[in-house]
Amino acid sequence: MSAIYILWLRELKRYTRSRAQIVASLGNPLLYLLVLGFGVGPVFKRAGNGDYLQFVAPGVIGMTVLFSSIFSGLGILWDRQFGFLKETLVAPVSRLQIMIGRTLGGATVALLQGLLVTIVCLIAGFRPVHLAWFPVAFGFMALIAILFAGLGIAIGSGLQDMQGFQLIMNFLVMPIYFLSGALFPLKGLPRVLDYVTKADPLSYGIDGMRNVLLGRTYATFDPRLDLAVLVCVGAVLLVVGAWRFSKIEI
Amino acid sequence: MIKVQNLVKTFGSFTAVDDVSFDVAAGEIFAFLGPNGAGKTTTIKMLTTLLHPTSGHITLDGIDPQTHQNAVRQSFGIVFQDPSLDGELTAAENMEIHGVLYHVPGKIRRQRTEELLKLFELWDRRKDQVKKFSGGMKRRLEIARGFLHTPKILFLDEPTLGLDPQSRNQLWNHVKRVNEAENVTVFLTTHYMDEADRVAHRIGVIDHGKLITQGTPKEIKEQTGTETLEDAFLKLTGSTIRDESADSADQMRQFAKMWSGGKR
Repeated sequence: MSAIYILWLRELKRYTRSRAQIVASLGNPLLYLLVLGFGVGPVFKRAGNGDYLQFVAPGVIGMTVLFSSIFSGLGILWDRQFGFLKETLVAPVSRLQIMIGRTLGGATVALLQGLLVTIVCLIAGFRPVHLAWFPVAFGFMALIAILFAGLGIAIGSGLQDMQGFQLIMNFLVMPIYFLSGALFPLKGLPRVLDYVTKADPLSYGIDGMRNVLLGRTYATFDPRLDLAVLVCVGAVLLVVGAWRFSKIEI
Repeated sequence: MIKVQNLVKTFGSFTAVDDVSFDVAAGEIFAFLGPNGAGKTTTIKMLTTLLHPTSGHITLDGIDPQTHQNAVRQSFGIVFQDPSLDGELTAAENMEIHGVLYHVPGKIRRQRTEELLKLFELWDRRKDQVKKFSGGMKRRLEIARGFLHTPKILFLDEPTLGLDPQSRNQLWNHVKRVNEAENVTVFLTTHYMDEADRVAHRIGVIDHGKLITQGTPKEIKEQTGTETLEDAFLKLTGSTIRDESADSADQMRQFAKMWSGGKR
């Protein structure tokens, strides 16, 4: 247990010490929120879909949590480059404990980052209809964080160098974001796009947040479906992540 | 303390370690010498549970690293060829993580951290982030950390690589001091023959995966009829230069070349 705690604490310390990075990581969400929020807003309204800023805010929060959690998992690559990975792998602790500590740490950091962006969204004019449901939205954020931290570890365990990292960034993380319905409603899409967006786990996370914060009109799926998909996919990815992590050789 | 019998490790058709046997007694400082790619690091990796031997038998303090991985890991400390500290954390925090991972109780952990950081002359800098340390300080911290859980054996894989003579000198003095004070067995590799000559009680020379000779520095010099250990080493292993196998970055480049189909 103490091993899990100390590795969790390590992730947190690393996060709180990189203040410049915290500020920098707010830039991207802010850009999407303000430029798209106010730029696409009028068209969105004319199409009868409601207020785009309200619609996109959960998407931007979801994006932040996605990036932050998947990076924490891919952080194994950094630990491999800077050698700290070896220090943990020769310690008399099971790989599973190390993996759990890392995942929880990464997920916690992603959640903090998500909260920060939520506050920014609120300042920018995001007005959730059901504020009392905020803890449930927070739960959805946590599920997104754990799911993608697991995916990050599953991939990060096999990464050897920076080229691989770029590949993952462009061909996995960005598509997960753009195909998740973070930026556009998932209704009435061409068939192929419809299938792809439904296969993207982030769709359900963001949809879940819309369900509880804005109500059914802004959402696509049933909130119970959102929850079920996130829990199942998350569990599978955690198992895969733990398995891949246990296979690391250095 | 360390017993190795007929150890073999093959990677595909390449034999990295070929039928190596040796013993290291408790409290001894044993230097493992060999040119690049001779099989030193592979041997250390097998001794420290990071690699499984193809065949042969290892025991550390009477325990088999293959079957009792965690018990063995608890009993040794290791300083790797390349650094393994977390640069974002402070010296004290790096020590703390190590102590917790090795199940050292809180009170003893703090006490030993203070003792060791003072011994290795890092106590004043304990609250500084490790990324601000010099190469020598990082090395010292890693070795201090390796001693934290009172291991019976300390593995040092080229610990003085890239250090200036002052730091090297100081580092070996510290290692010798802890070796004597706590009777820790030390297993080290190095490319600096003068260091091995000065520090090690016994030496093993490995080349092409085979253990060529072992004995005290004096015995090895007498055996080869040479004045210095460096001459003895060159006589034993020849003077051709060995290239180590490509690392992952080189492999990537080769891979890229392969795909561009010899256009370049």
